[in-house]
Amino acid sequence: MGGPGAVEDAYRREAAGVLAALVRYVGDVQLAEDALQEAALAAVATWGRRGIPDDPGAWLAVAARRRAIDLLRRERAQAGRAEALARLLALEGAVAAGEADPGLEMAAWPDDRLRLLFTCCHPALAMDARVALTLRLVGGLETPEVARAFLVAEPTMAQRLVRAKRKIRDAGIPYRVPGPEDLPERLAGVLSVVYLIFNEGYGASRGDRLVREDLCAEAIRLGELLTGLVPDEPEAHGLLALMRLNHARRDARVDALGRYVALERQDRGRWDRVMVAAGLADLERALALGRPGPYQVQAAVSALHAEAPDWESTDWRQIAALYGALMRRGRSPVVAVNHAVAVSMARGPAAGLALLGPLLADRRLSAYQPLHAAHAALRERAGDLGGAADAYRRAIALSANAVERAELERRLAALGEG
Amino acid sequence: MKYMILIYSDPAAGPAEGSPEMQAEFGQWMALTQELAESGQMVGGDALHPVQAATTVRVRDGEAVLTDGPFAETKEHLGGYYIVDVPDLDAATAWAARMPNAHYGSIEVRPVMVF
Repeated sequence: MGGPGAVEDAYRREAAGVLAALVRYVGDVQLAEDALQEAALAAVATWGRRGIPDDPGAWLAVAARRRAIDLLRRERAQAGRAEALARLLALEGAVAAGEADPGLEMAAWPDDRLRLLFTCCHPALAMDARVALTLRLVGGLETPEVARAFLVAEPTMAQRLVRAKRKIRDAGIPYRVPGPEDLPERLAGVLSVVYLIFNEGYGASRGDRLVREDLCAEAIRLGELLTGLVPDEPEAHGLLALMRLNHARRDARVDALGRYVALERQDRGRWDRVMVAAGLADLERALALGRPGPYQVQAAVSALHAEAPDWESTDWRQIAALYGALMRRGRSPVVAVNHAVAVSMARGPAAGLALLGPLLADRRLSAYQPLHAAHAALRERAGDLGGAADAYRRAIALSANAVERAELERRLAALGEG
Repeated sequence: MKYMILIYSDPAAGPAEGSPEMQAEFGQWMALTQELAESGQMVGGDALHPVQAATTVRVRDGEAVLTDGPFAETKEHLGGYYIVDVPDLDAATAWAARMPNAHYGSIEVRPVMVF
């Protein structure tokens, strides 16, 4: 029999697939979601009483379809509703005629999820809407969970989701996997949404916790889904590798008191070796496809860290070369700062400081916290304690994360004792 | 679905009046319009006189008040529009990206409301 926990688990496993398939028939995310929501209430009541059916996905799909038929009948006058209604009634007709239910061809469901993912990550939507929609519709998180993940009020998130779904419908954002000419660019867009979700979890920009594991785990789950859906795309594997290799360090990144521990000082015995191995396998799969890209290069950097016994004996020359390759693909401040740090480890702090010079002179980066944190550490290593103190103060003033700020304050205080 | 493709640009950003570049752009507009028409996806479209020719009308206290110029002073002006009937937003934005002024102007794509 299905206790409340089991019923909820069964529902959550199936909901995203059922939703994606229903969207294909009704062509409207909001309506499909409303129908599924009602079906979920029926499922809780029925499954709780009579037990979880053998095929909960099929049960939900049929229940959601019948709710959708009711909703479409009520809104028949609206554009597109009559066509959607006809499509669903045709399915019901087939069932009534004793045929196999064509709406339950579950083999098509993964493709439906991929379509929905491309819809959620469409470039015509604002980035925050893409992230929220992806977590809600593809990841299957409830609206309050999505709101919590981004530390915004629940009504704010609910509004953001409603607006985004309305835009999908009113603007005619398509529900399909883009054609070959648009696919590379659009897939890159999907990957960047997943990576953004991961990064929000990995170095939470707000709040008092550094790592939000739930978000990281969700991003990795989306990455797994994506590599299953587009197994020939090396960057999808590269991103999954990157996320796993970084997330493998989660337990070592924060100490018992919740304080941030830099990679340099992490207890590598606490790295999740199973996840490291999975990440290395992802990277191998990606590289075997023979089309390198930025996620694969970043994952290769993480792999070198994962394989190094400690900070000093890390293959810094190789890491500096990989960041150099990333720099040639497009300059971003993140890459430029990491490149300078890697070069400083391979060739000494002076070489790293020389690379930071132009970044520090760039006014647009004057509020970029990681640049000033890296600058401080390099000044410290070069023996310029006064310069290091100034840079630490600057980085501290720019830190929005309490854990990160505390670490910088600790380092500033330690300057005088060295 | 029907979309209006609104074509905006800053007159100072485009080719100068009467220049060979302007001639070339004019040729591109003609070719694009012909291609759109032949695709069967064009519902309509027009080019507009510059905003110097615009008059804005507001009715206040029952009286029509006319002012010279566009309704708002913006750098980029509406220079024309197309209405297309295409399967989805991707098809509409693909046309929008081909507007000859898209590399210096802004093209807004708006779905047309269906009642």
